[in-house]
Amino acid sequence: MTSTVLEPQTRGRTKLAVIDCDIHPALKSPKALHPYLPERWRRYRDTIGERGFSGSYYPRANPNAARTDAWPPSGLPPGSDLDFMRAQLLDAWEMDFGILQPLLGAGALRNHEYAAAMSAAINEWQIAEWLEPEPRLRSGLVVPYEAPELAAAEIDRLGDHPGFVQVMLGIRTSEPLGRRKYWPMLEAAAAHDLPIGMHFGSQGGSPITGVGWPSMYLEDHAGMSTAFQAQVISLVYEGVFEQFPTLRIVLIEGGFAWAPPLAWRLDAAWRKLGDEVPHLQKKPSAYLAEHFWLTTQPMEEPHVPRQFAELLDQAPWLEDKLMFSTDYPHWDFDAPDEALPKTALPDGFAAKLMAENARALYKLPTRVHAG
Amino acid sequence: MHDQAVIDCDIHASVGSVEALFPYLSDHWREYIRTSAFKGPVDTVYPAHAPTTVRPGAEPATSLEVIQRQVLDPQHVEIGILNCAYAVDSLHNPDTAAAMAAAVNDWLVAEWLAKDQRLRASLLVPTRVPEMGAREIERIGDHPGFVQVLLPVRSEAPYGNRRYLPIFEAAARKNLVVSLQFGGSPGNAPTGVGWPSYYIEEYVGMAQIFQTQVLSLIVEGVFDRFPNLRLALIEGGWTWLPSLMWRIDKDWKGLRREVPWNTQLPSAYIHERMRLSLQPIDAPPDPRHLVQLIEQLGSDELLMYASDYPHWHEDSLPAELPEATRRKILHDNARAFYQL
Repeated sequence: MTSTVLEPQTRGRTKLAVIDCDIHPALKSPKALHPYLPERWRRYRDTIGERGFSGSYYPRANPNAARTDAWPPSGLPPGSDLDFMRAQLLDAWEMDFGILQPLLGAGALRNHEYAAAMSAAINEWQIAEWLEPEPRLRSGLVVPYEAPELAAAEIDRLGDHPGFVQVMLGIRTSEPLGRRKYWPMLEAAAAHDLPIGMHFGSQGGSPITGVGWPSMYLEDHAGMSTAFQAQVISLVYEGVFEQFPTLRIVLIEGGFAWAPPLAWRLDAAWRKLGDEVPHLQKKPSAYLAEHFWLTTQPMEEPHVPRQFAELLDQAPWLEDKLMFSTDYPHWDFDAPDEALPKTALPDGFAAKLMAENARALYKLPTRVHAG
Repeated sequence: MHDQAVIDCDIHASVGSVEALFPYLSDHWREYIRTSAFKGPVDTVYPAHAPTTVRPGAEPATSLEVIQRQVLDPQHVEIGILNCAYAVDSLHNPDTAAAMAAAVNDWLVAEWLAKDQRLRASLLVPTRVPEMGAREIERIGDHPGFVQVLLPVRSEAPYGNRRYLPIFEAAARKNLVVSLQFGGSPGNAPTGVGWPSYYIEEYVGMAQIFQTQVLSLIVEGVFDRFPNLRLALIEGGWTWLPSLMWRIDKDWKGLRREVPWNTQLPSAYIHERMRLSLQPIDAPPDPRHLVQLIEQLGSDELLMYASDYPHWHEDSLPAELPEATRRKILHDNARAFYQL
């Protein structure tokens, strides 16, 4: 393994409070979850291993999809060394809070009982090795989301732990998330007042686009926003928010410039075809504006910077729903001091985006430590 | 909506019943269809009685007379492009698909193009075996009435996949535009996350499929291979295009070493090679925002007027649009793109 280790960043701190809504903790080693797994499932992991939906691999840009400077001096994988994460991310940018999103594939394992055991193990690992040692961290609760009853049981088991601020899913589920199959899980999340976070990636068993398998990683990566749009369409039209009026959805690493045009299209189709979905009590775009939050990385970069402001003008609700994220330690990291577009923005918007929208959604205190 | 001459890029011609194609099918296929009671390929892209399928006061255009009465005469259509999305792509038997596509093309020539000088048409091809699609383009692509090849936007694989190169190669050789059109019945789920419950989800989600195909065709290098290839996106909307261009351009900067054949920003391929039909606009409530969107396209040459007859949309161009841009959209852009 070749690694380039740089000094922790200390330059260019932003004056605004920062909450990072997308940080990826990694395992120190493949056996790092063993202390949290029952013997049966340790044995299963050793003998059979992870079985998800295979056949979806693209050679990627960087090892571990990581920044080249994110390999810790300890030699551990990027994202696995809490001390280095503190130095390179939480301290360097004086973050109020960071929200962990473990991308360990547990939710999409085809053996549902194993998926449940792995989810529970990951959650116990998060508590013991991340949330308890570092008060600035919060996390997403990993659940076996293709077995919604088992997911609901995990939400019931740990959903009230103060370290977990949302339920965490991959954006690529086996079926659109609005389908009734998933409702027991959505009901449990709403009952525990936890948003559902859906993160870039995962694999649900269908080709990753609506027209089969693309050839290139660039298509996988840039095209992921179509999966996010498909989930919005499903959640809105299938009546989830009439069924669970307090449910909130967080779309993580999926972009957001597509949201205003999608809102218009949702409404235009509903004006003609609304009879098919009589359970909707208001226009579709109203559900989008009310129930969805979106993280910023990778930040939208219009060719003409002022068009970012037009985006907010077209969908003013975004001002209260966009939440800053870095995607640390991945290669497409957005730095807090460079993420915002260099154009005139509405008053107060920068503070909302960098921290206050997330603070309100996740009910986080003003500051956890003396700056 | 307009009192000047227009070029209408999307008029839907319908094969009323499979018998309409009998004069253009061989004895073999006529007998096969009769004895098997095959009704012709069907799909659920436009349910017959859905409000979006046939607008109030309209009727399916199964004959030239309907188009003349409903579209060409009253709407000052200088040139109208017929799209007959007969669902040959839903047929898994490649020989049937090829025979039916050829019959549709011969039917378009004999019963539509030969009878009204204002009409042009899209050439229907079988897509599951792309070499057979290329053969159909070779067979009839020189007919002056055909200005483009029709591919349903839904497909078994993204169209940038190298398996489809024979179709693009043939279209480029015949100097025909390739058009991706709303619909298609490939049999795979219409989203990357499986099958939705409702038609309205599939209808709205078609825009995401257009996005996927644009991305695929650019980064898999189809435009680099065929320097004269042009692509029309028909009935997929276009308000999503600015955000897609921002996304692809940004990601391409980070990952372009994977696609070294791309010699320019992805958005440059869009500006140079692609055009989009105006309908459906899916307009925002505030017309000012629609003007913003048209500016964000980065070119006033991308949009081409389409009535999308008989499908139902209710949008119109905002009054605030500059007259020169309006004229380009209603007329000039299509004339230049299709070399009419």
